[in-house]
Amino acid sequence: MRYIPNSPGERDEMLAVVGLTDASELFRSIPENVRLNRSLAVTDPLAENEVIASFERMAAKNSAVTKPSFLGAGVYSHFSPTIVDHLIQRSEFFTSYTPYQPEIAQGTLQYIFEFQTLICQLTGMEVANASMYDGSTAMAEGYLMAQRVTRRNKIVVTKSVHPEYREVAQTYTRHGDTEIIEAEFDNESGRLADTSLLDDKTAALVVQSPNFFGCVEDLQALADAAHAVGALLIVVVTEAISLGLLKPPGSCGADIVVGEGQSFGIPMGFGGPHVGLFATREKFVRNMPGRLCGIAYDKAGNRGFVLTLSTREQHIRREKATSNICTNQGLIALAATIYMETMGKQGLQEVAIQNAQKAAYAKRKIAELPGFEIAFSSPTFNEFVVRGPRSAAAILEGVRTENNIIGGLALSKYYQGRENEFLVCATETNSREQIDALVDALMRDK
Amino acid sequence: MANIPEDLRYSKDHEWVRVESDVATIGITDYAQHSLGDVVYVDMPRVGDKFGAHEAFGSVESVKAVSEIFTPLAGEVTEVNDSINDTPESVNNDTYGEGWMVKIKMDNPLEADAMLSAAEYEEYLSANA
Repeated sequence: MRYIPNSPGERDEMLAVVGLTDASELFRSIPENVRLNRSLAVTDPLAENEVIASFERMAAKNSAVTKPSFLGAGVYSHFSPTIVDHLIQRSEFFTSYTPYQPEIAQGTLQYIFEFQTLICQLTGMEVANASMYDGSTAMAEGYLMAQRVTRRNKIVVTKSVHPEYREVAQTYTRHGDTEIIEAEFDNESGRLADTSLLDDKTAALVVQSPNFFGCVEDLQALADAAHAVGALLIVVVTEAISLGLLKPPGSCGADIVVGEGQSFGIPMGFGGPHVGLFATREKFVRNMPGRLCGIAYDKAGNRGFVLTLSTREQHIRREKATSNICTNQGLIALAATIYMETMGKQGLQEVAIQNAQKAAYAKRKIAELPGFEIAFSSPTFNEFVVRGPRSAAAILEGVRTENNIIGGLALSKYYQGRENEFLVCATETNSREQIDALVDALMRDK
Repeated sequence: MANIPEDLRYSKDHEWVRVESDVATIGITDYAQHSLGDVVYVDMPRVGDKFGAHEAFGSVESVKAVSEIFTPLAGEVTEVNDSINDTPESVNNDTYGEGWMVKIKMDNPLEADAMLSAAEYEEYLSANA
């Protein structure tokens, strides 16, 4: 199909029919003062080989691809087996539309069902939806769901939840009646210890584990505190690989588990597109946002997959829907499903253990350096906060320019009073040589 | 022909009411359940919720539609049929018995007298259905 399928002659003919002489007259209703009145500032047409060369030049600027990097903070560097990218590019998956018609969408519905099953197994929850846009919007939907379940509107969220997630949730809920209260974490442990902000108006306590500082929260204690006042516990997981090693939030009393699935084989991609995870207890399923795929049997007993509970969202009573999210992140959820199924239970455990061990090694080595210490005492998974002898931003800048290593994230970007602290992440993609090089670079820091 | 027990009161929104002193038990009529088809879920209020007359107190979801349910009478919910979502088919099979939905303590028990009798409801159905 041609992009503009009509000739100048045809256009003149159409204009004559509506009584105009020039196409610009079609825009008469737009006030003169808001019109651009010039051509868009884009380059002249390029030949295909010139386009490729120009994108290659741009891609080469992304030095994170070639430098050893210890950045995490919500988006993680993990190895994705080639099969993931290969399979999602099959046209049956790559170009498929949303599965409204089960009779022609069994393949799509089946992988969504498998995705939901795997997320339930990993989080220890009873029901998971077909996915959400990303971790931060999933968290915001968690707030709203907790309000529906408890009929309360106060959300207590710890400051050790990813700052950008909190910002998104704030934006997402600001026109509703959600009241968001931020709780301080303990300065020594890096965890939430003080739950005194919880009361009988609280819909949910929201914690991230491992939290933004990499610290593993004491979920069972927090669940008990939330349940004691009739509130729900929402657990946010930004590093999904941690589910391969840590006790599932569901067996620690979580009522809603939300998170980001990027770690499951999805490229970092400058922050997206990624995939949101959302799981809960079966008794709350009617209040869960998003799409849900179910298994069903026909008259002859043949197994099939269908969208279920969809009456409430998209077909009949949209004005009473639990959420305006009535779709899912299909292709990325598929990639995550293929990743999880390729790795298998053992593979995921193995990756998680490698992450924990690499990070533990880096943590121990850095802690031995004079002038450097580990900022929080809680156990960590693959990230931890280092407190240096001077401005963390300056240290990291030196590590980058002198040693060609991206050493981590300076916390001053998000937290006042933490100018000397930075977040270091080590995954299975960081070799021991890279970790040693980072330690050497920090040792040489002046 | 719809089943319309003599001893109940009815609303034009197709709810039935059984009055015992100042407490009204409310459900949907046989005509309503038949129109909705197989009921899969009933979204219920909670004990202590207060409603004005003709306000929606919940909804019934069937395989083909979702329909709001209205309380014909003002008052406070004193009891809800918790078992209904374990066996939502009771709304279809026994709507005047096991399929009851809520009990409401009426603000004004006289309101029930203004509702339709079985004969009036039957007449309403034959004129409008």
